[in-house]
Amino acid sequence: MKKDVAVLGAGMTLFRRRLKETGKELSYLAAKQAMEEAGIQKDEIDMVVMGTAPDAFDGIHMKGENLLDGAAGANKPYVRVFNGGGTGVFAPIAGWWHVASGVADVCLVVCEEKMGSCYPHPQTAFRHIWDPILDRPLNPNLVWLFAMEMNRYMTVHNIKKEDIARIAVKNKRNAVGHPCAQLADPNITVDDVLNSEVMAWPVQRLDISPPSDGAAAIVYCSKDVVGKYTDDPIYVGGVGWNIDSTMWTNRDLYFPRYVALAAKMCYKMAGIHNPTKDIDFAEPYDPFDYKEAHHTEGLLLCKKGEAPLLTKEGVTARDGDLPICPSGGLLGVGNPIAATMGQKVCELYWQLAGKAGKRQIPGDPRVGVGQAWGDIMQMATVIALRRG
Amino acid sequence: MRMAEKKYEGYPKEAPGTHLRTSDIREKKVSYTWWEPEVQYAWSVGHAMSEFLKGLKQGKILGIHCKRCKRVITPPRSFCEYCYGPTDEWIELPDTGIIETYSISYLDPNANRIEEPILIGVIDIDGADEHHGFMHYFGEMSKDEIKIGMKVKAVWKPENEREGAITDIKYFKPLRGGE
Repeated sequence: MKKDVAVLGAGMTLFRRRLKETGKELSYLAAKQAMEEAGIQKDEIDMVVMGTAPDAFDGIHMKGENLLDGAAGANKPYVRVFNGGGTGVFAPIAGWWHVASGVADVCLVVCEEKMGSCYPHPQTAFRHIWDPILDRPLNPNLVWLFAMEMNRYMTVHNIKKEDIARIAVKNKRNAVGHPCAQLADPNITVDDVLNSEVMAWPVQRLDISPPSDGAAAIVYCSKDVVGKYTDDPIYVGGVGWNIDSTMWTNRDLYFPRYVALAAKMCYKMAGIHNPTKDIDFAEPYDPFDYKEAHHTEGLLLCKKGEAPLLTKEGVTARDGDLPICPSGGLLGVGNPIAATMGQKVCELYWQLAGKAGKRQIPGDPRVGVGQAWGDIMQMATVIALRRG
Repeated sequence: MRMAEKKYEGYPKEAPGTHLRTSDIREKKVSYTWWEPEVQYAWSVGHAMSEFLKGLKQGKILGIHCKRCKRVITPPRSFCEYCYGPTDEWIELPDTGIIETYSISYLDPNANRIEEPILIGVIDIDGADEHHGFMHYFGEMSKDEIKIGMKVKAVWKPENEREGAITDIKYFKPLRGGE
């Protein structure tokens, strides 16, 4: 019998291209904030989960161990989990099962990334993710992957570039209310995106989220002890994850089937029968503007090919019928890979708790869904949070 | 190190962290340490890929059949990841296909900007299942001409220059009517 798992607090550091703090220090700053909001001390934490993406960015092999002290993990059951870009939602999924299984009453989840350590540009580390036999002899650049997926998605559905660019504009504007944001811009326009430097067509500079340093944290507890900490808990409603084959050239990239499978797993657990009606807002993973649309479709929040129109019609705006990425997402707040838990999970909590300040969704949101995506266009992680 | 002093409306209450600029490092305004890893690898390519690479050396694109899924797969593998049975029969595929997707890249592998774009994409190889193929370059076409669905054909390196690698194919060119 699974235990219900409540979120008690969350924390985030500043997100910037490069920060002075070490990964340990960033982990400490985010964790301290989450613990303060939760009202718990280190000795009340039973177990710790660390999420952090490829070692190659920090340049420290097995960096989970390196980060341990900063994440309040010393002398505790501690584990690092990692599935590339999916980590920011997978780490809180792993934290959830620590508590849901009954082995921990209180679990701290910390996510950290320091992409700035890989100098001068983390792109050099991304070279190592490609298949050594089939891909590397062609000297690929990571942006190629997304450009190819974006082109396929746009072509199959006959989507205009300007309808994709509108998503970048929405998120960079939404990020204006976020104190950690790296690329918030209240004045950005669709033309700015369409006129930005072409990197790998159809991907232009302002279609992409920036590499960043940062950390985020959340504190969970079991329903058994939640009365000690809060009268108005936010619960994890469901979790789901799914991964397709690494052979990404053997499927049609226009639709992320693995996202739909992960979403269905999560929705079944959360009792979400009709996603478009039962979900009040979502934080799909948006490292590129088209990815928000692609993932909104994967999360079954609209029909295939329809997502860019939702943004065109204002449905996904903060005050729309289905707010998408009210945090400002990765496009506006930044993309320190695993630490994007800050937008994809911490934000769900702050919105549902009515604590999101300038970013607060109007009305009375009761169910939010967050999602991340990673490895080589194959991994999806989904979480649903609900109030009461 | 201290927590940030600035308080915000709503959560997160603070945004702790200290921004460093690349110029701070370049101009040595901050302390840092430096490391350049030197690591080398020799990967074994495995059973299925050995055959595939041998085929490329002979100017052939090989696929493999999965009897249970009734699927012709390329690049080939020793087993089918979906039905989890062994693949059974090698099939020589034509060296033609259609462009499944593509990009026009102004970035080199290290994200440096380049003037003359690289045309890159996935080729859905004829004779394999739909949407089955691999990534490669395109040539003998302009960036204005390339499109999804275009018929293409492999341009091979001369036989004596082939070494059993994906680069034994130089690129895929347009397959014109009548060819």
